[in-house]
Amino acid sequence: MLRTKIYDHFVLLLGVFIMMGPLVVAFMTSTFDHVLIHKEGMQVGWGGKFIETYSTVLSQQGGFTGEVTGWLMTQNSLILGIGFALGKIVVSMLAAYAIVYFRFRAATFCFWIIFLTLLLPLEVRILPSYEVVQQLGLLNSYTGLIVPLIASATGTFFFRQFFKSIPNELVEAARVDGAGPMQFFFDILLPLSKTMMAAIFIIMFVVGWNQYLWPTLMTTDESYFTLVRGIKQIMQIMIGADIPKYNEALAMAMLSMLPPALVIIIFQRMFIKGLVENEK
Amino acid sequence: MTTLRIKNVFKRYPNGAEAVKGVSVEVGDGELVVFVGPSGCGKSTLLRMVAGLEDVTSGEIELSGRVVNDLEPAERNIAMVFQNYALYPHMTVRQNLAYGLKNRGTSKSEIDSKVEAAGKLLQISDFLERKPSQLSGGQRQRVAMGRAIVRDPAIFLFDEPLSNLDAKLRNQMRLEIKSLQRRLKTAAVYVTHDQVEAMTLADRIVVLNNGLIEQVGTPAEVYSRPDSTFVASFIGAPPMNLLSATLTDAGAQLGDQVLPVQTSLRGDVQLGLRPERIKISQSGSGASIEVTIVEELGATRLVHGIVGGQNISVAVDAELPVPTGQAVISFRPDDAHFFHATTGRRL
Ligand SMILES: Nc1ncnc2c1ncn2[C@@H]1O[C@H](COP(=O)(O)OP(=O)(O)OP(=O)(O)O)[C@@H](O)[C@H]1O
Ligand SMILES: [Mg+2]
Repeated sequence: MLRTKIYDHFVLLLGVFIMMGPLVVAFMTSTFDHVLIHKEGMQVGWGGKFIETYSTVLSQQGGFTGEVTGWLMTQNSLILGIGFALGKIVVSMLAAYAIVYFRFRAATFCFWIIFLTLLLPLEVRILPSYEVVQQLGLLNSYTGLIVPLIASATGTFFFRQFFKSIPNELVEAARVDGAGPMQFFFDILLPLSKTMMAAIFIIMFVVGWNQYLWPTLMTTDESYFTLVRGIKQIMQIMIGADIPKYNEALAMAMLSMLPPALVIIIFQRMFIKGLVENEK
Repeated sequence: MTTLRIKNVFKRYPNGAEAVKGVSVEVGDGELVVFVGPSGCGKSTLLRMVAGLEDVTSGEIELSGRVVNDLEPAERNIAMVFQNYALYPHMTVRQNLAYGLKNRGTSKSEIDSKVEAAGKLLQISDFLERKPSQLSGGQRQRVAMGRAIVRDPAIFLFDEPLSNLDAKLRNQMRLEIKSLQRRLKTAAVYVTHDQVEAMTLADRIVVLNNGLIEQVGTPAEVYSRPDSTFVASFIGAPPMNLLSATLTDAGAQLGDQVLPVQTSLRGDVQLGLRPERIKISQSGSGASIEVTIVEELGATRLVHGIVGGQNISVAVDAELPVPTGQAVISFRPDDAHFFHATTGRRL
């Protein structure tokens, strides 16, 4: 018993080490001076320049126009992550609602068509998507950044499975109680889906936060830059000066990882609950 | 007055399954009618058509004098109690009870008073603020009934409401349902496959088989004068003995045995004998039986044996001595039922 415990812990610690090691090193390095990093490479230990570096990154005017700060990029990333996740939930929940509860002829067909779009990720259809958004005049806008991404086959699939697991008797009881389609959705389905929605929100927030290709293509106006794409941009500008500010680039990378990590830590409980248990 | 009139109703499911094949039945005011039958006989389908949860293929369903075929469940003035309670898990008991009333636009104060009254009646007042997951099975069942009661329906529809409870609680809830229904004087249809439930609850029993009505009658009628071998073997526990016999002038011929019966019928029949109406003794006059197994049931014993080459069971009071080996059976001649040898209809 004790031995297996020790063994278990060893395996877990090894996993933690492998996963967290590079992060810790990156974090520690970001607290050193950039000249030192340039000369001696990655650092282990405490460089003592934490506050300076991180406040610079957050507030320093950077970019081509000098208008974009780390803080602004964080806001953009948040808008993208939240908008992306909420949009996906709304769209896929409505799609699943229609497919599961309304017996129109083509329901199954529609579902499989939606499912097929899994084979056509954004990368495949990026040119037509760009053209549509461009023609609608949505380049450099939050709408253009978010809306083309929110259709979700996976989300629809998850909600469909979840709705199908809700006992039919409950649906019938609601009918006997005189709940129409809208009331059923808002009074019964929505509250029952809470944990499911939380789980999907977390996953989708992280996915949205980490979007790179689409924002890069979509936004030329720096005030719409997100953190993830901003890291590279800022590095480029900084390289223009003498020594690249490695410390600031690393600090920004750390910052860009923080919100998804926080979301997962905070919502972890709900997340696991949503995955393993349907409130019966 | 009749509350519910089912007129020649058919149901064919989209996949072609014919679940109900022409059923006509009436439920009077304040009457509790039980639909009973084996699994798959169409009793739930019939009930769900009354509730409006299932379309009627043909025929008419009339509630309080109004044809309701095309009405939504909520417009029919019915209340249904489901097998798995179907309580809304995210709502408190109070909200569960109030939901239907709220949707109808009942005023807040009226909802409150109705919920309180139902809570008292069903002894769930203490749980009104709890969620269903914090209640026991019996309490959930009460809440489900409360949800039906607050609506003041013309008729209650129950679909095997007790099948999820353990045997003891089931007996208790059965009594409660019956006394509640008596007190409220509301008509009710109760679906079950359990003949004991049917016998104890019903004012009238409708025995269904294969989408058709086998017999309609009071529990006593159905028990004492079954219309067919199906009813005879379905109602009553232990089930009626059904023996192939040939009626002659001497009596009913079973293999080498002749049982004395009183009838003008002749020829091949199925002879029905209730196990509890047969007397068995070690010796004396009567047909001889070879006892094979004795089952202890507590108050009675069930003696299995062979008469004229056919299996028969006899219920014996526990105080009486256990017959063994060769014994004799006898019964009152008018306790014998005769059914057609092939169709199984009563003769
Ligand atoms: N939705 C459906 N689609 C097709 N056939 C169905 C459907 N529901 C029931 N049936 C069929 O109709 C017949 C009657 O079903 P029903 O549910 O009424 O039986 P039941 O008497 O209530 O049985 P049980 O005691 O098992 O509940 C069965 O043969 C069943 O297979
Ligand atoms: Mg059923």
